[in-house]
Amino acid sequence: MSESDVITLTYAISPDDFTRAGEASSDVKGKLKQMGVCPEAVRKVAIAMYEGEINMVIHARGGEITVNITPKQIEMILADAGPGIPDVELAMKAGFSTAPDEIRSLGFGAGMGLPNMQKYSDEMKIDTVIGKGTTIFMKVNILPAS
Amino acid sequence: MDKFYHSVRLNEELCKGCINCIKRCPTEAIRVRNGKARINSKFCIDCGECIRVCPHHAKHATYDKIDVLKQYEYTVALPAPSLYSQFNNLDDVNIVLNALLLMGFDDVFEVSAAAELVSEATRTYIDNNPDKLPLISTACPSVVRLIRVRFPNLIPNLLPLNPPIEVAAILAAQKAMKETGLPREKIGIVFISPCPSKVTYVKSPLGTERSEVDRVLAIKDMYPQLLSYMKAVGNDPADIGTSGKIGISWGRSGGEASGLFTEDYLAADGIENVIRVLEDMEDQKFLNLKFVELNACNGGCVGGVLTVENPYVAEVKLKRLRRYMPVARNHIGKEAEDYVHWTKEVEYEPVFSLGNTMMESFSRLNRVERLCKKLPGLDCGSCGAPTCKALAEDIVRGEAAESDCVYYLRESLHKLSEEVSILANDIAENNVEGYEMLKVMTEYIQRISDEMSLLDGRDEKENKENKERRQ
Repeated sequence: MSESDVITLTYAISPDDFTRAGEASSDVKGKLKQMGVCPEAVRKVAIAMYEGEINMVIHARGGEITVNITPKQIEMILADAGPGIPDVELAMKAGFSTAPDEIRSLGFGAGMGLPNMQKYSDEMKIDTVIGKGTTIFMKVNILPAS
Repeated sequence: MDKFYHSVRLNEELCKGCINCIKRCPTEAIRVRNGKARINSKFCIDCGECIRVCPHHAKHATYDKIDVLKQYEYTVALPAPSLYSQFNNLDDVNIVLNALLLMGFDDVFEVSAAAELVSEATRTYIDNNPDKLPLISTACPSVVRLIRVRFPNLIPNLLPLNPPIEVAAILAAQKAMKETGLPREKIGIVFISPCPSKVTYVKSPLGTERSEVDRVLAIKDMYPQLLSYMKAVGNDPADIGTSGKIGISWGRSGGEASGLFTEDYLAADGIENVIRVLEDMEDQKFLNLKFVELNACNGGCVGGVLTVENPYVAEVKLKRLRRYMPVARNHIGKEAEDYVHWTKEVEYEPVFSLGNTMMESFSRLNRVERLCKKLPGLDCGSCGAPTCKALAEDIVRGEAAESDCVYYLRESLHKLSEEVSILANDIAENNVEGYEMLKVMTEYIQRISDEMSLLDGRDEKENKENKERRQ
């Protein structure tokens, strides 16, 4: 793909800084609105990416998010060098959470992160290696404006 | 009426072209062009922040003057609850209401009375529509306008009820026609407003086709006159007030929500805070909330830009005033359905899209990204846009040029002068044909002087203004 066919945005997600968590997804949201993407797709990206961003801060000591935007779809690649997910199937269950108490006290850790990422993306793939890290790939399709 | 009508205006003569307003505008609606501020009417939500921050008082709101009362045979004053909070040691609303009659109004109809009906209708609406929660208050017109242009996903959460000002106007007009037998056009329904946003609402309402309010006066204009009439009223005014605690509380942030008898609410005030809450709502960060009250001004309506009292002092006064009032004195009847509910949907206006089609917007966004990397990122405002990103957006929309950036200009001047000095060296060393080189050099010098005059353009204008001022 040539440079003009895709807009690539990269965000470094800093570890343990909750005050900055959500900045990346908020930035992407603003850009998608300027692009005239239908509100529903904007919402899906905003929620899926926000949940992923929060997960990276809580569980993986940060990482990097790459977003590739084309007029047809939004790809999000969330890569971290965290502990990995031991049981992906269990982690995908609504309500399952390993978040520590101090995180729960902030209102996070309800066990809806991964389930929501699945719910709000049109495609999702998890590559995880224990002790090495996790890369999550998500895709949201942009429907042509009606 | 124009769907992007605005009550916030610029007085060109007073505008110095400084960057105070462009920096503070929450929707980045203002640019300085040719030394004067320009408001983009599609982006502006009439919140009044620019009026508040302009050190030269070049921003103002349009509203009516008291002499418009002469145009009607019968007039009804609609005082906003925030009006009561402007006076020292006021312990009885009736003093204000009677003063309004002495001023020349034929009747008064408290907006706070109508507010109690809206509170009741909201409670019913919340109970009947659990799938639409949390509902967002639609009493502040600037907030509704903000959601209309920037938060399309939250439009379904808007409470589809008329604001108290509208309900009061409908009821007041009905009452006046019944009591006087006059046709509607001879009756003037006059709102006394804390903010320009309500002026905009009246001229170009959202949720209804046409507002029943005919005229809008500003609290700050009425204040000095009202004070003297209030003295004339004395300490034993006729009891004409019709509202209770709930209605009066609407004048401050959290007041509307407190009338809903639920703890599952959030109340935010101040436009920047409102935007943060809406962003978070869009990401579904709040669960189990029934109601979200949002006011563009700090402190709520008491903080409106057309009020006179410090909003936090006003809030205390409002609290004292309602101390011994009954909870509510107005209750909704069956016929209320007709005038409380919206009759027109609010539609998303994607004004912030960079282009007309998604393909165009996409390639423009791509260019914005590349431009942002090129621009200095200092957000100095010298180009007239609030941030480098905003300048990049203006450039791709065709409304600005890269050379509007003083840093860009400075850099290209440096480059040009370096090239000239290289050329001069070449000539000195006689490496090339002298005449041809001289021609090229003349071209370079011409370009330098052209770019210099772009920079000077601004200075010349300033010099001219300074000269005029001295004369």
